[in-house]
Amino acid sequence: MALTPVITAHWDEPDCFTVDGYKKVGGYRAIKKALKMDPDDVINIIKDSGLRGRGGAGFPTGMKWSFVPQNDGHPHYLTVNGDESEPGACKDIPIMMANPQALIEGIIITCWAIRAEHAFVYIRGEVPEPIRRMHAAVADAEAHGFLGENILGSGMNLKLTVTSGAGAYICGEETALLDSLEGRRGQPRLKPPFPAVAGLYSAPTVINNVETITSVPYIIENGVSWYRSMGTDKSPGFKVWAVSGHVNRPGIYEAPLGITMGELLDYAGGIRDGHELKFWLPGGSSVPLLLQDHLDTPMTYEDIAAAGSMLGTGTPMLFDDTTSVVKAITRWLEFYKHESCGKCTPCREGTAWITGSLERFQEGVGRSEDIEGLVELSNHILGRSFCALGDAAATPYEPALKAFRSEFEAARHQPVDEAFPPAATMIIPPETANLAGAAT
Amino acid sequence: MTAQAEGEAADTDLVHAFIDGQPVSVPKGTLIIRAAEQVGVEIPRFCDHPLLDPVAACRQCLVEVEGMPKPQPACALYVSEDMKVKTQDTSTEAEVAQKGVMEFLLANHPLDCPVCDKGGECPLQNQAMTAGRTTSRYTLPKRTFPKPINVSAQVLLDRERCVNCQRCTRFADEIAGDPLIDLMERGAEQQIGIGEEPFDSYFSGNTIQICPVGALTSADYRFKARPFDLVSVPTTCEHCASGCATRTDWRHESVERRYAWEDPAVNEDWNCDKGRFAFKYLSENRLTTPLVREDGQLRKASWPEALRIVAARLAQAGSRSAVVTGGRLSLEDAYAYGRFARTDLGTDNIDFRTRPTSQEEQDFLASRVAGTAGPTYADLEAAPTVLLVGFEPEEESPIVYLRLRKAVRKHGMRVFSIAPFASEGLEKLSGELLATVPGSEAATLRSLPDDVAKELRADGAMILVGERLAQSQGGLSAAVALSEQTGASLAWIPRRAGERGSLDAGAISGLLPGGRPITDAAARQEVAKVWGIEALPETPGLNLAGIIAAIAADEAGAAAAEDSEEEYERSIEALILAGVDVSDVAEPAALQRAIDDAPFVVALDIRPTEVTAAADVVFPVATVAEKSGTFVDWEGRRRPFAITFPETQMFSDATVLSLIADNLDHDPAPRNVPALRAEIEALGAWAGERPDVPQVPAPPASPAGDNQTAVLATWRLLLDLGVTQEGAPYLAATRRPSVARISAATAAGLGIGEGDPVRVGSQTGSITLPVAVTEMPDGIVWVPTNSPDSRVTESLGVGAGATVSLSRPTDLTEGA
Ligand SMILES: Cc1cc2nc3c(=O)[nH]c(=O)nc-3n(C[C@H](O)[C@H](O)[C@H](O)COP(=O)(O)O)c2cc1C
Ligand code: SF4
Ligand code: SF4
Ligand code: SF4
Ligand code: FES
Repeated sequence: MALTPVITAHWDEPDCFTVDGYKKVGGYRAIKKALKMDPDDVINIIKDSGLRGRGGAGFPTGMKWSFVPQNDGHPHYLTVNGDESEPGACKDIPIMMANPQALIEGIIITCWAIRAEHAFVYIRGEVPEPIRRMHAAVADAEAHGFLGENILGSGMNLKLTVTSGAGAYICGEETALLDSLEGRRGQPRLKPPFPAVAGLYSAPTVINNVETITSVPYIIENGVSWYRSMGTDKSPGFKVWAVSGHVNRPGIYEAPLGITMGELLDYAGGIRDGHELKFWLPGGSSVPLLLQDHLDTPMTYEDIAAAGSMLGTGTPMLFDDTTSVVKAITRWLEFYKHESCGKCTPCREGTAWITGSLERFQEGVGRSEDIEGLVELSNHILGRSFCALGDAAATPYEPALKAFRSEFEAARHQPVDEAFPPAATMIIPPETANLAGAAT
Repeated sequence: MTAQAEGEAADTDLVHAFIDGQPVSVPKGTLIIRAAEQVGVEIPRFCDHPLLDPVAACRQCLVEVEGMPKPQPACALYVSEDMKVKTQDTSTEAEVAQKGVMEFLLANHPLDCPVCDKGGECPLQNQAMTAGRTTSRYTLPKRTFPKPINVSAQVLLDRERCVNCQRCTRFADEIAGDPLIDLMERGAEQQIGIGEEPFDSYFSGNTIQICPVGALTSADYRFKARPFDLVSVPTTCEHCASGCATRTDWRHESVERRYAWEDPAVNEDWNCDKGRFAFKYLSENRLTTPLVREDGQLRKASWPEALRIVAARLAQAGSRSAVVTGGRLSLEDAYAYGRFARTDLGTDNIDFRTRPTSQEEQDFLASRVAGTAGPTYADLEAAPTVLLVGFEPEEESPIVYLRLRKAVRKHGMRVFSIAPFASEGLEKLSGELLATVPGSEAATLRSLPDDVAKELRADGAMILVGERLAQSQGGLSAAVALSEQTGASLAWIPRRAGERGSLDAGAISGLLPGGRPITDAAARQEVAKVWGIEALPETPGLNLAGIIAAIAADEAGAAAAEDSEEEYERSIEALILAGVDVSDVAEPAALQRAIDDAPFVVALDIRPTEVTAAADVVFPVATVAEKSGTFVDWEGRRRPFAITFPETQMFSDATVLSLIADNLDHDPAPRNVPALRAEIEALGAWAGERPDVPQVPAPPASPAGDNQTAVLATWRLLLDLGVTQEGAPYLAATRRPSVARISAATAAGLGIGEGDPVRVGSQTGSITLPVAVTEMPDGIVWVPTNSPDSRVTESLGVGAGATVSLSRPTDLTEGA
């Protein structure tokens, strides 16, 4: 399947991130169209296009927008989720760096549709570059009259605020994000009420991923049938795939949904020379791992689910035969333990327990009763935690055990670094890295 | 609408569901966990609390709900029509889920139950029995923390035991409005903590009570007892007119702790820290035997001797006696004093109001309050608008404050306050201040902004006046007028627990029990019949001010008579004082002089005081723990309490009075609580005509202070130097600091700033406190009435509305 660069089409232009550069390649045309339309018609176009959220859950975007009660006399808000903290995910930050004006155009169109006059872009706190880039892009768009009062004479007013968190994965969860945005401790809120009814400052709020919103102007500009000409019926359109791991050319490849991992892997230059694929994850660390057999599975929400995993953020990670699966999932569990917000018992206690037990395997002193026991512990978290972070933490172990049981058995006696020397798995092992330069 | 129609209308709001196969019908908006309780199914829980918003954090209450893909928290899901819920009793899924959560909760728990205060009454212990495993599979090192740490002087936190349910933090935030404790850190390191300020909330003790584990303990009760060794008695808090139901836990003739006892109509599940922690006074520094004065000295005496002496002197004095009781008596004891004065002494000289008062107040109480059934907490909670006048709910009636806060939070009640500045409590009610110079309350009431007056016309609006309004001339008259104009109901909220009962019992001149005017022949007849006597005094006797004035006049008359060698017949021969603290009244010096000058003084008290020191005969009496009785809260609601120590050696006031009556050879008076209650019930409330409401005009606008003088504003803080708070050092450590509040301009005029000392002076003395610059009218100074370094009646001898001097303490040294 061919690549279909849309969002990424012009990233090699030196001024792709400015209003002028964006306009040169057809930017800010969709907004003219949209602002002449009835907001409900805009919602209907997005509904018809079948665009699904790119933040991980794949919820239909147009339907989410239609939940916002219209003409209720309350202010509405749009919050764009740029917290991108999922291990392996690296698509929203590049989008904000290279095509921020398309995101802003998408924000304007979305706000028009949901009748919001104030939008926020919430960017993870550890990454200053996209924060700076978005601030500059907003100023640029304001200077060109795309933000502010009476945009393009449409009567629409829009303020766009760029904010950042203090560095917590949980603040990417939409309701924790809202609490963080309000200046509170970032922990997920009880739903209902859903944000579309009572979100930011208790007002109706739409929360969408950066990639989701950036897709909007292209759909408005080129139409539903163009969009649906790509992908499948349930997973239409294009997607920004961020391929990472033991591949020769890791990077961003934009292609329709339905492309297979095998095809993407070809674009990425195949697995490191001299090695073989061991396992891969379609979309971040929060989804079950897949094996070689699944390389032909179309990358759609439905097909990947049928294969026993989830499309997630659509940012595949690939691991070759130098990788210890024990170490990989221990690392992920350490991440979830560190990022668990602490609110609910299963995730707070369970992530620490599972992580501690996995670390024993990593050190070669795994307990045999834990081999099955950790499946049970994971199931005590899965579906019982307050938010999806707990579910994510409960996900990695069982598929890993199923596929690579012998590695867990071995790790009862042998440290994994012995079986899988760390240097071998590193893309740039320390011996060849320019450590001398760093020392001087 | 007929009752039946109402019932039907209500029925349509019911939803019908099944819990473990049992049908249940509950109002819309009922959580599964509550509905299950109705059919006798107890779902285990930690974070759930019926008065806190659901958080669904602990996950202990997971149940299976048909049609839902995963187990659901019963504490956060509302019952819907035809819902089918299966709990741990009928669903393996629910049972397994609950067991899993319990295993996680116990993984890091220290399991130090044997040394934990909560052991024996711990929801974690109990639920671990039903939902836990017998052994732990957790073999990793347990999480440890230094333990315990203080979150305030009186609340200790053991983070190892904490299950992170957030009940404490939600209470502090949602109920008390003091979000001073919060979650810190995250993940497995998540813990409760404080920021820069300690958790000095007036309601902090509730967190100890609702903590479902032993993570929050009381500095005072720590390691004192095991719950199963304690005897629990249902009691009523004696500290204020909020009327909290409490539970007193004791052993070895000593009160070990007090808890709030659930009473949805009054205190819901809460009480304040004064009610919870101030009980050491019950056992410390007590009077134990009668005392009689001999050769100028008090000495111990037997009961018969002391009673004989008192009877002899009272027989002589007869109606030339006077009775003054403090505001802390139970209804039954107050009734006994009123009855004793009228029947055994034949006098109507009686007053329970040992605080700044006025004739206007007395008329107000007689016309509008005594023996009436006024608005209730439920009315308060439903009110769209409430106007506070001379009343700081958080300081003076904490449960009223909590109810107002609930209404503000739940339905946006608007609160207005006529006060000199917006107090912390008013701010937590999102209240709006009608800034008023003390003394000008009547003027403000009579010229309310239109929007406020309009709000008060709304159905259910209320005006709450505090006892302090008595000090402001015309204030109560104006409040009555406003209530009549707007239709807003009017409630009088005294501070002390005994005030309302004393009023209803007739322990005040001019009023017989049930609000019966003594001037009304029919009223007198009703009472005389129950009391079994021929006649009652027909004209009102003296109130406290009158008694003090009469004794002073007697002194002058006696001195003059002595000069002219004539006989002088005193109007007051004997003074009986019950639970009176001299410093409570506006002018303590005048009362002390009256006590010193009265020919014969009998004091009844639980402890030695300036009054007992000056008395001729002293009777020790029972504390609330040594008797049963009733308090009457501000609503007029009876709040009975049981005796805590059944084997007490002490007599109640009523019993002592009956013994005096015996020694007077009078007909026996009722001496125990059932007999007294029977009489009170037999009398009931007065149905006849009531005296007219007072119509005291607003005084001319009081002159504002200048650079050297200011108008005094003052009230008591909840935690202060009150005698019933003695012996509770941890409680005392959470008092609000004593400050003097003045406006920025007034401070600038004095050349001082925040934190600098300012001296507030009067004819009789001065108070020096650090300044808290406060948004308030210029020319006013506020100081606490009875707090460390700030005892207004003793030092200044004047009350709110008086003009006092203001200066920089250094000016004095410079001047000297
Ligand atoms: C722990 C956690 C972290 C998340 N992090 C992100 C994130 O960084 N970016 C994101 O867009 N969505 C994230 N999500 C998903 C959001 O909750 C939400 O579903 C999404 O922003 C909705 O946007 P979409 O419909 O456009 O996908 C996260 C969810 C969870 C549970
Ligand atoms: S699952 Fe629970 S503890 Fe984990 S992040 Fe979500 S709310 Fe916090
Ligand atoms: S201290 Fe007690 S009430 Fe507070 S969160 Fe911990 S267990 Fe819950
Ligand atoms: S509010 Fe009043 S009655 Fe209730 S505990 Fe406190 S002092 Fe006692
Ligand atoms: S009691 Fe329901 S989640 Fe805690």
